[in-house]
Amino acid sequence: MSDLQLQVRDLKIGATVYPPGEKTHDIEIVHGVSFDLEKGKVLGLIGESGAGKSTIGFAAMSYGRGGVKITGGEVWINGRDVLKSDTGDIRKLRGGEVTYVSQSAAGSFNPAKKILDQVVEAAVEQNKFSRKDAEARARDLFEKLGLPDPENIGDRYPHQVSGGQLQRCMTALALCPEPDLVVFDEPTTALDVTTQIDVLMAIKAAIRETGVAALYITHDLAVVAQVSDDIMVLRHGDMVEYGPVDQIINHPQEEYTQALVSVRSINHEEKEPNGEPVLCVRNITARYKGTQFDVLHNVNVELYPGQTLAVVGESGSGKSTLARVITGLLPPREGEIEFAGRNLSADLAGRSQEDLRELQMIYHVADVAMYPRQTVGTIIGRPLEFYFEMKGDEKRKRIIALLDEIELGEEFIDRYPAELSGGQKQRVCIARALAAKPKMIICDEVTSALDPLVADGILKLLLNLQKIEDVAFLFITHDLATVRAISDTIAVMYQGKVQRYGGKTKVLSPPFDDYTDTFCSARSPRCVWAGWKR
Amino acid sequence: MTGDLGTALTSGAYITASITKRLSNTLFLAVWAAIIAVPLAIFLGLLAVRFKDRWPDKLISAVTLASISIPEFLIGYVLMYLIAVKLRWFPSVAMINDGMSLGEKLSAIALPVTVLTLVVLAHMMRMTRAAILNVMQSAYIETAELKGLNGFQVIFRHAFPNAIAPIVNVVMLNLAYLVVGVVVIEVVFVYPGMGQYLVDHVSKRDVPVVQACGLIFAAVYIGLNMIADIVAILSNPRLRHPK
Amino acid sequence: MKNIPISALIGLFFTALYFLAAIFAPLISPYGMAEIVGDVWEPASAQFLLGTDNIGRDLLSRMIYGGRTTIFIATAATIISFTLGSVLGFFAAVAGGWVDQVLSRFVDLVMSIPTLIFALVVLSVMPVTVPVLIFVMGLLDSTRVYRLARAVAVDIEVMDYVEAARLRGEKTAWIIFREILPNALSPLVAEMGLRFIFMVLFVSTLSFLGLGIQPPEADWGGIVKENKDGIVYGIPAALAPAFAIATLAISVNLVADWVLNRTTSLKGGRG
Repeated sequence: MSDLQLQVRDLKIGATVYPPGEKTHDIEIVHGVSFDLEKGKVLGLIGESGAGKSTIGFAAMSYGRGGVKITGGEVWINGRDVLKSDTGDIRKLRGGEVTYVSQSAAGSFNPAKKILDQVVEAAVEQNKFSRKDAEARARDLFEKLGLPDPENIGDRYPHQVSGGQLQRCMTALALCPEPDLVVFDEPTTALDVTTQIDVLMAIKAAIRETGVAALYITHDLAVVAQVSDDIMVLRHGDMVEYGPVDQIINHPQEEYTQALVSVRSINHEEKEPNGEPVLCVRNITARYKGTQFDVLHNVNVELYPGQTLAVVGESGSGKSTLARVITGLLPPREGEIEFAGRNLSADLAGRSQEDLRELQMIYHVADVAMYPRQTVGTIIGRPLEFYFEMKGDEKRKRIIALLDEIELGEEFIDRYPAELSGGQKQRVCIARALAAKPKMIICDEVTSALDPLVADGILKLLLNLQKIEDVAFLFITHDLATVRAISDTIAVMYQGKVQRYGGKTKVLSPPFDDYTDTFCSARSPRCVWAGWKR
Repeated sequence: MTGDLGTALTSGAYITASITKRLSNTLFLAVWAAIIAVPLAIFLGLLAVRFKDRWPDKLISAVTLASISIPEFLIGYVLMYLIAVKLRWFPSVAMINDGMSLGEKLSAIALPVTVLTLVVLAHMMRMTRAAILNVMQSAYIETAELKGLNGFQVIFRHAFPNAIAPIVNVVMLNLAYLVVGVVVIEVVFVYPGMGQYLVDHVSKRDVPVVQACGLIFAAVYIGLNMIADIVAILSNPRLRHPK
Repeated sequence: MKNIPISALIGLFFTALYFLAAIFAPLISPYGMAEIVGDVWEPASAQFLLGTDNIGRDLLSRMIYGGRTTIFIATAATIISFTLGSVLGFFAAVAGGWVDQVLSRFVDLVMSIPTLIFALVVLSVMPVTVPVLIFVMGLLDSTRVYRLARAVAVDIEVMDYVEAARLRGEKTAWIIFREILPNALSPLVAEMGLRFIFMVLFVSTLSFLGLGIQPPEADWGGIVKENKDGIVYGIPAALAPAFAIATLAISVNLVADWVLNRTTSLKGGRG
C-alpha cells in the first residue's frame, strides 16, 4: 500500500458546453476510469483527441480547465482523497506533491520573469527547499536534462532559449519541488522531429533517476512505449484496455488497441521509375520577398506518373517552400520546372488553365482549405464547372461518383464542412483535387493534423486512388512512418538543400549521412519496422 | 520654431498670448478629470474581471453601452439639469479666474470634470477589462495556479507584470480621447479654455487661430498615442532582453 | 425569424420606428417645422405634447423634422464612408505591395489627428452646407472602415481556401465577391451600425457647436443648442434630443451586436 502513489477509482468528469445556437448543457466526458500508479512507475495514458486523457491528468491535481468539473469518484494521493480536500490542502498538493508539464512550455512560462525564478517558485513557496537549495537543485536538474550552460541558463528569459530547451526547463520546473507525482501532458508533441527524441530521452532519464511516479499523456503509442511501464488506452472517455506495455503492444486484446498498434503498417512496395517523369524540378533556388537569404538551394527532384515522391524534413527545412514554388505561388530566383513535358511558367499568372488543372494541391488543415459557407457538393462541384463546364445532372452524377471514391455517401452532398469530422473534411479536399482529373497532386502534411487511425485511413485511400486514377503524389511530411507507408522516391531536405535523394529502400538503408541518420533515428521509436519493443 | 503662432484675424491679438492662459485652464480641467478617471477605471475594470459574467460585470458593460451611445454634450446638460439646476450643488457654468482659490476653482469645475470622467471612464474600463482578461487567460497563469499559489500571488506575481503594459497603453489612449472630449465640454460649461477658443474662431472663420488650436490639440493627441506605443514596446520582455 | 433574441427585436423595432418617423415626417408631425405656434418654452400639454421651444415652435414637430435631418445626414455619410472605405480596404488587401503601403500610410496619417479637430479645421475654411458636411464626415470616417475592411480581407486572404481558388485559376473579382466578401460581410455590417451611431453623434456635436446644420433647419444637435439656455431656468427642452439620440444609438447597437453574433454562429460559420 505504501508503494501506491496514486489511486484513481471510478473517476467521472463532466463539462459544460456552449454549442452556438443551442442551450448550454452539461455532458460527461470521462465515464468512470480507475487505475493505480506505484512509486517510481510511469503510466502512459493514450488516446485520440477528445479521449479525456488531459482531463484525467488534471484531475490528479484536483483541477478542471475551463468549464470542466469532476463529478464523481475518488483520487487518492498519499493516503487522502484529493477530491474531498479543502482549498488549502489542494494548494499544498499542487506544486508540492503533484506537478505538471504542459504541451507548450512556450506559453506556460511567464514571459516577464527569468526562468530560474519560475523553476524554483513552487519549491520555495511550498517550503520544500530554501531558495538557495532550490536554486542548486534547479541547476542540477538543468544539467541532468542536458541543458547547455546549466549554471547560467536560469538567468535567461523564456524567449531567449529554444523550444526544446524550454520544454526541458519545464520538466525541471516540475521536478524541482521533489514531487511524488508528475503529470506530463504531451510534452514533446509541439517540438520539432529531431528535438522530440532528445527531449523524450532527457525526460525518460530524469524520471528514472529521480524515481518519481509519472502520468505520461500522449496520442503517440510509440512515445508511450518508450517511457512507460503500464499503458491505459482511452477512447471517448472510456477505458479501452489497461495493462503492462508488453501486453498492450504485443498482445492487444481489444480491437481498437489492435488497430492503434497496427497503424502505419501499410505495406507499400516501392515502384521503379518508368516512362517520362511527370514533374522535373531543376536547380531551383528561391527566397521569400524582402528577405536576404535563400530558403531553397539548387533543388533537383523528379516524379514519375502514378508514383509518390515524399519530401521529408523538419519545419524550416524548405519542404513547404518547394511546394509553393511548384504551384507558382513563389516564383524561384533560379531554375525551372517541367511538368507533363511542358515548361511551367514560374509565375502563377503565366500558367495555362490546363497546367492549373493537372496540378492540384491538398492542404495540411482541411478546415481552412474549404470555404465554410459552401456545401460539400458546391466545393467539389466548382472544379467541375470551372475546368469541364459541367452543369446540372451531369455535375451531380460526377460529384456522387467522386464522393463514392472517397468512401462517403451521397447524403454528404448537402452538408457543410463544419458538420464533418476531421478525416471526412480531408476526404472532401481529396475529392476536390480529384475532380480536376489531375496528373499530379501535392499533399502538404495532409495527415499530420489527424489522429493516427484516421490518418491511416486517409493514407490507404490515397494509395488506392493512386492505383485507380494513376495520379502522382508529391507528399510533404515530417513523419518518417508516413513516408515509409506511401513513398516510392524520397527526398530528405535539410536547411533548404536536398540532403539525400533516391528510391525508398536506398534512402532508408545505411550508410546514412549525418543528418539523415539523426532524422531516421529520431523517428525510430515510432517507426513500425523498428518494432514497438524497447 | 519660435512658438510665435501669429495674430488672430478677428481681434488682431497675438495668438500665443491668448492661448497660453487658455491652455493652462484646459490642462487644469483635463488633469483633474484624469486623476479621478484613471484609478476609478482601473479599479472598476479589475472589479469586472473579478466578477466576470456576474452582475457587477454586466452592470458595468450596460453602463458602458449607454455612455458610448450618448454624445458628451448631452451628458453635460443632463448633469447640469439634475445637479446644478434641480439640486443646486454646483454652479452650472464653470467660470474660473486667477482670483479664485483652489477650492473655489475645484467647485467651479466639478461638473465638467464629472462629465469628462464619465465620458472616458466607459472606454477605459472596457479596455482595462479586456487587457486583464487577456493576461489571465494565458497558459502561464494556469502554470502558476498549478504551482499551488493562491489567487493573490497569481495576480501580483504573474498577471501584474504582464498587465502593466496593456493598462498603461489603455490609459494613454483614453487620455488622448479626453483631450478631444474637452472641446465640447468647455462649450457646454462656458469654460474659458482652448476648446471654447477653437470653436468660437471656427464660427468666425479665423483660420490662423483654428490652425494654431488644431496644431496644439493634434500634437497632444499624437504625443499621448506615441507614449502608448513606446510603453508597449518598452515593456515587451523580448525587446528589453534581446537574445 | 424566431431565432432573433428579444434584445435585437427591441433594437430592430425602435430603429425601424425612428427611420419611419424620419421618412414620413411631414405626415406625422402636428405642426410645421419652423411654424411659431405658441409662447416661448411652454410646458408639455395636450396641444404641444413636448411643449414649445425657445421661440415658441412645437418641440415635437421640430424633433421629428430634426430626426429626419440627422438620420438623413448620418445615413448618407455612412454610405460614403462605407463604400469608399471597404472598396479601398479590399483593394489594398488584394493588391498588396506599394498600393497597400501608400493607402495605409495615408490613412494612418489622417487617423493620427482626432476626427473632431480635423473636421473643425476643415469646416473653418469650407462653406457649412449639407453636402459639404456629409462629404467631410464620410471621408474622415472612411479611414476607420478602411482599416477594418483591410484587416478582415487580409485575414481571409491568407486562408487556404482562397489560395486553393487562386491555384484553380479563379479571377481576382471572383475571389473577392465569392469568397472574401461573404465572409467579411458580418463584421462589416456590424461595423456599419457602429459607424452610423458615430455619425449621428458627430453631426449632433457639430450642430451643437454651431458648425453643422444651420438654422432655421432643425436637427437634434441644433435643438440642444437652441434650448440650452433654458436648462439654467429648469426647462428640460434641451434634453429631448438626448433621449432620442441615446435610444436610437442603443437600438442600433443592439442590432449590430446581434448581427455579429448571429453570423459567427451560423451553420458553416467561421467557428
